[in-house]
Amino acid sequence: MTNRRDFLQTTTALAGALGLFISFPLAAQETEKASRPSYPKDFNAYLRIGPDGRVGCFVGKVEMGQGSMTALAMLAAEELDVPLDRVDMLMGDTDLCPWDGGTWGSLSVWQFGPVLRGAAAEARAVLLQLAAERLGVATVRLQVKEGVVAVLGAPDRHVAYGDLVAGQRIERHLQDVKPKAVKQFSLVGKDAARKDGRAKVTGAAQYTADILPPGTLHACLLRPPAHGARLSTVDTSAAELVPGVKVLHNGDTVAVLHAKPDVAREALGRVKATFASSPSTVDDASIFAHLLKTAPPLKELVAKGSIAAGEAATEHRHEATYLNAYVAHAPMEPHTAVAQWDKGRLTVWASTQAPFLLKSQLVQALGLKAQDVRVITPFLGGGFGGKGGAPQAIEAARLARMAGTPVQVTWSRKEEFFLDTFRPAAVVKVHAGLDKAGRVSYWQHDVTAAGEAESSPVYAFEHQRIRSSGSWMGGNPPGMHPFAVGAWRAPAANTNVFASESHMDALAAKAKVDPLAFRLKHLQNPRLAHVLQTAAKAFGWTPKPAPSGRGWGVACAEHRETMVAAMAEVVVDRKTGEVRVKRVVVAQDMGVVVNPDGARQQVEGCVTMGLGYALTEEVRFKNGQVLDDNFDTYRIPRFAQVPSIQTILIDNPDLPAQGGGEPAIVLMGALIANAIHDAVGARLLHLPMTPARVKQALKA
Amino acid sequence: MAMTISFTLNGRPVSTDADGGRMLAFVLRNDLGLTGTKVGCGEGFCGACTVLVDGEPVRSCSTPLSAVAGKKVLTIEGLELNGVLHPVQEAFLDHGAYQCGFCTPGMIMSTVALLQNTPRPDRRQVAESLDGNLCRCGAHVRILAAVEAAAAKGGAK
Ligand code: FES
Ligand code: FES
Repeated sequence: MTNRRDFLQTTTALAGALGLFISFPLAAQETEKASRPSYPKDFNAYLRIGPDGRVGCFVGKVEMGQGSMTALAMLAAEELDVPLDRVDMLMGDTDLCPWDGGTWGSLSVWQFGPVLRGAAAEARAVLLQLAAERLGVATVRLQVKEGVVAVLGAPDRHVAYGDLVAGQRIERHLQDVKPKAVKQFSLVGKDAARKDGRAKVTGAAQYTADILPPGTLHACLLRPPAHGARLSTVDTSAAELVPGVKVLHNGDTVAVLHAKPDVAREALGRVKATFASSPSTVDDASIFAHLLKTAPPLKELVAKGSIAAGEAATEHRHEATYLNAYVAHAPMEPHTAVAQWDKGRLTVWASTQAPFLLKSQLVQALGLKAQDVRVITPFLGGGFGGKGGAPQAIEAARLARMAGTPVQVTWSRKEEFFLDTFRPAAVVKVHAGLDKAGRVSYWQHDVTAAGEAESSPVYAFEHQRIRSSGSWMGGNPPGMHPFAVGAWRAPAANTNVFASESHMDALAAKAKVDPLAFRLKHLQNPRLAHVLQTAAKAFGWTPKPAPSGRGWGVACAEHRETMVAAMAEVVVDRKTGEVRVKRVVVAQDMGVVVNPDGARQQVEGCVTMGLGYALTEEVRFKNGQVLDDNFDTYRIPRFAQVPSIQTILIDNPDLPAQGGGEPAIVLMGALIANAIHDAVGARLLHLPMTPARVKQALKA
Repeated sequence: MAMTISFTLNGRPVSTDADGGRMLAFVLRNDLGLTGTKVGCGEGFCGACTVLVDGEPVRSCSTPLSAVAGKKVLTIEGLELNGVLHPVQEAFLDHGAYQCGFCTPGMIMSTVALLQNTPRPDRRQVAESLDGNLCRCGAHVRILAAVEAAAAKGGAK
């Protein structure tokens, strides 16, 4: 907190004193934002240069583990020609940073990167002009190295960015400055150490729960035992007896506050409450029939050729229904917020992926003016789509207003599992056929309850029909999902690709063709074919129809513009049904790679996290009650399960940098299902592929 | 009623009047201002809150303050000496063995304890001893590499 404050003071003082980077008044920013949020055009919104030549880089994205702090700093440093360690990132603060739409969808580099590069390139061009005037030479005779502008051939005639800024009181803008071409990059594309590393290995990195303004009370809220269960009676007298406890009760909100979070939690346990029972009657077994019954009619997304014509040419039909369980985001850091009021102005620190969205929600929920709300986002302990919303921040703000003190709300792990916006359970029916020549004759993919993303096959099928109903995005009939659902790392795509890439594999087996060869035969996308071949080479793939007994699996996908393919080797214990993944090879073409080491980390994260939904993770529930409430029963991947992971990033300078936080995870369900099938000949249709389900499939 | 509990925290003596039944993690974080220790699950299932008590890793969210009376408690803040990182911290840094970093203090403390007891663990021993430390970001392969590197460099210190 103090760091940011100091940073603000230093940088704005600099800007004011030095004048070049005049910080424009907040009020002006506000109007700009209110009318139609978009990225500001003025590079001053993103960059400030101090007299010591340090570059302050202000972005509305948040660092939640994905490495955007480093990747974005690299882009700014590259365009400005300053060393990476001279860039100070300030992220996710709605007072200091320009508007941003939220950190998700792996968009930070792909969508925001060009904006930041453009700003930095323009700033550099202005600085170069100023240097030319100062040194009395034309800009073409200048070069920039490490933030120092020097005359070509006369290196002792030079001026540093810091000095340039200090000497001028002008604000200047240039039109149409082009960022560097890929071949001019000196920093981008090389491994860079993460900027947040030292803070994270020393415990100095601040997360929201570490923000403790003087006088903070920790609030624990009473939650119903089941979704849809309304509070009927409450007796807080026993809790009130705990010294130092404050109880706030307003409508359905009952909160117990104390200066120590553990004492507040303990006191909440003394609140006696009764609830009406939940109207929900589904559980994790009956949910699939329930979804099919309650979902709206399927909506056609793609209709190509004629399914009837394709069916007429079919020799072998293959139909299957794929099921996918609800899974939790389960970030290691639970949802947390701190709210502090100061003379009618509200400051909220929150673990949120979307500080500007939260700001507008706070404005609405508390009836405030936009300029009276500031959201600050410290480091996030993981998000994965689960921290798009930040209801805990609205709770904290309301309670702080009632209590007249700063209030911190940190959800317990049980609350985290109860209030999470799960990845939806879903049903995917795939019908397809093979013609005489062993080619796919038609393809029909009907997805219910997950969403549309990546429901269209990556293959060039002549006759296809893709339909979808219901979504993670909401807009579903009430009661269809028994609790909130939302974006979970590559939303909908995990479910759709599990079904389509499993089905493709099953067709290859029916055709008695090697699954890699079968895929290549149906692909028209050369980039995707290339990643498949690259993965095959690294893996040491040799063609054989499945089941070969080797336990080898393959899957591929197009995730926006990124092409990704993976191969895996598994061992299946026929007796216990246990699946062990020995190794995974991923090849990915994500365009220009900003920080290769960072991108590899993201791929490894995708593979590891993906093994969870593939093998062990599933939210159990009954009648509105979430039965998994901690990591003892909700099993996320652990060290013993982690395979060796090899990542190959394909160099593709022709495509702008894409995000790497999502693509590989979409493969993991099908990849492991296909490898299991190759090992033992059993086809798993239901995620996660628990030992019980594996044994059942082996019996069938 | 209030009883003073004394122990050594990161090499320095401390005394607190906090209720001995309260869990150590919260006393560290909210009474003593050491917020490097993280609380991820509050019930002993995730390892984010791991600290060392007389050299042994414990889950501070489930260890009452009274249990550390007279003992030596080491937290993530106590590893760095005079601005020099502990070899395990150094190895985590070098190998990018963190993403969001929320599990990192607990991972590092568990590793420090492991290497003190087993200076050259094999991969199975590492996986076993870190099994109760969860990482949702999937930094596992990096963490394994970091632990091995720290061990190779004599990370027990
Ligand atoms: S917070 Fe202590 S083990 Fe999870
Ligand atoms: S780095 Fe995020 S939980 Fe491990």
